[in-house]
Amino acid sequence: MAISRNLGNPAPQAPRRSLINDPNARAVFFQILVLGGVALLGWYLVTNVLENLARQNIATGFSFLDREASFAIGESLIAYSPANSYSHALLVGFLNTIKVAVLGIVLATILGTIIGIARLSSNFLVAKLASAFVEIVRNIPVLLQLFFWYAVIGESLPNPRQALNPIPGVFLSNRGMKIPALADDPIWIWVGLSILVAIVGVWFLARWARKRQEATGQQFPIVLASIGVLIAVPLLTWLAGGAPTALDVPELQGFNFRGGSNMSPEFAALLVGLTVYTSSFIAEIVRSGIRAVNWGQTEAASALGLHRGTILRLVVLPQALRIIVPPTTSQYLNLTKNSSLAVAIGYPDLVSVANTTLNQTGQAIEAVAIMMTVYLTISLGISLFMNWYNKHIALVER
Amino acid sequence: MADNLSIQGHATVSDSPSPAEMVKPPALALGPLGWVRANLFNNWFNSILTILILWLAYKVIPPLLDWLVFNSVLPGEGVTNQTCRASGGACWAFIHEKYRLILFGLYPYEEQWRPILVVLLIIGLLGLSCNRNFWRPWLLGVWAAGGIVVATLMWGGILGLPFVPNTLWGGLPLTLILSVVGLVVAFPLSIMLALGRRSDLPIVKSLCVTYIELIRGVPLITVLFMASVMFPLFLPTGVTIDKLLRAQIGLILFASAYLAEVIRGGLQAIPKGQYEAADSLGLSYWQKTGKIILPQALSITIPPLVNTFIGFFKDTSLVIIIGLFDLMSASKAALTDPAWRGFYKESYMFVAFIYFIFCFFMSKYSQWLEVQLHRGHKR
Repeated sequence: MAISRNLGNPAPQAPRRSLINDPNARAVFFQILVLGGVALLGWYLVTNVLENLARQNIATGFSFLDREASFAIGESLIAYSPANSYSHALLVGFLNTIKVAVLGIVLATILGTIIGIARLSSNFLVAKLASAFVEIVRNIPVLLQLFFWYAVIGESLPNPRQALNPIPGVFLSNRGMKIPALADDPIWIWVGLSILVAIVGVWFLARWARKRQEATGQQFPIVLASIGVLIAVPLLTWLAGGAPTALDVPELQGFNFRGGSNMSPEFAALLVGLTVYTSSFIAEIVRSGIRAVNWGQTEAASALGLHRGTILRLVVLPQALRIIVPPTTSQYLNLTKNSSLAVAIGYPDLVSVANTTLNQTGQAIEAVAIMMTVYLTISLGISLFMNWYNKHIALVER
Repeated sequence: MADNLSIQGHATVSDSPSPAEMVKPPALALGPLGWVRANLFNNWFNSILTILILWLAYKVIPPLLDWLVFNSVLPGEGVTNQTCRASGGACWAFIHEKYRLILFGLYPYEEQWRPILVVLLIIGLLGLSCNRNFWRPWLLGVWAAGGIVVATLMWGGILGLPFVPNTLWGGLPLTLILSVVGLVVAFPLSIMLALGRRSDLPIVKSLCVTYIELIRGVPLITVLFMASVMFPLFLPTGVTIDKLLRAQIGLILFASAYLAEVIRGGLQAIPKGQYEAADSLGLSYWQKTGKIILPQALSITIPPLVNTFIGFFKDTSLVIIIGLFDLMSASKAALTDPAWRGFYKESYMFVAFIYFIFCFFMSKYSQWLEVQLHRGHKR
């Protein structure tokens, strides 16, 4: 009875908790405290900055970007002269960063993959050589390596008058590598466009071939066909344009070369240094990725009667790539960020140009903000793309 | 008995196949020849590679040895830069001439026993900390005492030691101080950042995520530029901080973001049951974190922490760009002497060797530790 009566009564009210013990109230209070602290710090720093700038008579804002840069840049992908604005100079620097980063990523991937596979080789010499390479390169700062390559190129190679000439038309000197360039002709733009068209065409062809195989079981020699398309389309365009073969060959005039295209010693040193350094990290990633694929997978695939190449392409690589891609992404990001070391050897990348701008105008905050924003954007861009790719190849779980 | 035994013994001998029946493995499958066949010439592709490598070695190694050893110039009586230039080999006399500058920078010549002691002390402390038996609270005390001794030795000014301003510090001690101090200060900061990133409080979490991703998204150089050109603007009028401290703060800001990600990995590796068990015991957040989660998380993050330390140690070489005189910078400074220009290979190799020794041992240690720490989890 007593129990039933008790049940009928409204439950005794929970004792009122004081706000101090209420987790929600504490969370809100704590966050307000943190936010307040950060805001206070920010306000303090901003007031100090404004006061200091006012004292030094430096105007804030980005209006300086329109002023004349009046400094020369050694190499540029787009037309540039010292009469151009600071914003144009920064764009030149940005493009130079992109140039070395893209080439470096491609070359480091190739070299890293080769070395990673070499470390797994059954050939004792090859495996040991690859391990020695990885151990030495990984344990020396990349900046030191850049200095080394730069010194090797700058001090070991002869001056332009005694330039090495390993292949006709190619000259190696301490001013860089001179190679013959294709003489200006409107047809080259069309050839470039036709390569793009061919790539798109091959993509559709591969899609069609896969669909057909899924539907009918008939295979299509897609590799041969793709190579054929990739060669034939640009070749036909070139022939249609009159097949120009004129070359702009570098020639020694006075103390330097004229004509041809040039690979500067700074660019070469940066490219070689970044490629070698990053490839040692990629090699380790590739090695662990391949080793992580169970040997039973290969055996099972060969028991099903697949060829060695097919096993690698359809069984081993898809599984290894899933392990390889995420850490490789961060290596690509590292390479891009390390390309900022260009400033130490004088390659005009973004940081180098922004640094010159900073020294000329005194706009420290704006210049550093530009550098950071650009790198953040590049980093975010690469991670977004690699996340998309990673999702694309990730295990489909059912 | 004896007869019996001997008969038995005799019987076993006669049972074994006679030498004529025993088929030996082919000579090529045994001994050094067998090893060469199995490891160097096991198929046509490997054979080609082996021959190619041997040919390259024949082309590269003799000239390299000539340069490194046979034609090299060792320091000695009457050896000058002219001897080196004439020899065509490596000029180790150059290293002998300049090693004090490369190792200790512009530190006053007579006082250089102090940076030597500092380097030995820091290496000793690092070595001591490598031993797992010493991972006890008193180790913190040892480090604190070591820090005081290092500061006293480097600055001086008391105990009869002449005062040396930190603008004169350089070389290896500076590299070691920048990396060790950077890491020691960044460590607690990074624990807070990692906990903040895993926090349920949205504002705290977003602040930590923003900071970590911001720093990790930009190159170290831009952080150092920020430290060197923007920090003076941040401070109230009249207050200045010197270049070394600014670089150190920049390095700390940078390291803390990377360490935070390593520690977050450790925090995520702790099974959820540990959090729940701590909650069900009624522990507060800080009790749970301090007594249950962090001790486990930190001990599994030590190998990746060592790897981060290696990266950070190499990255301190970037302070050359904002004009500090670290090991890297000193090796370049040694080359600016007009009498000894052009011996960059020797200078860079010397410094590369020092960096290599430190990084190589740390990476081997981290691999060894990983095996040690995982022993308990293996069956």
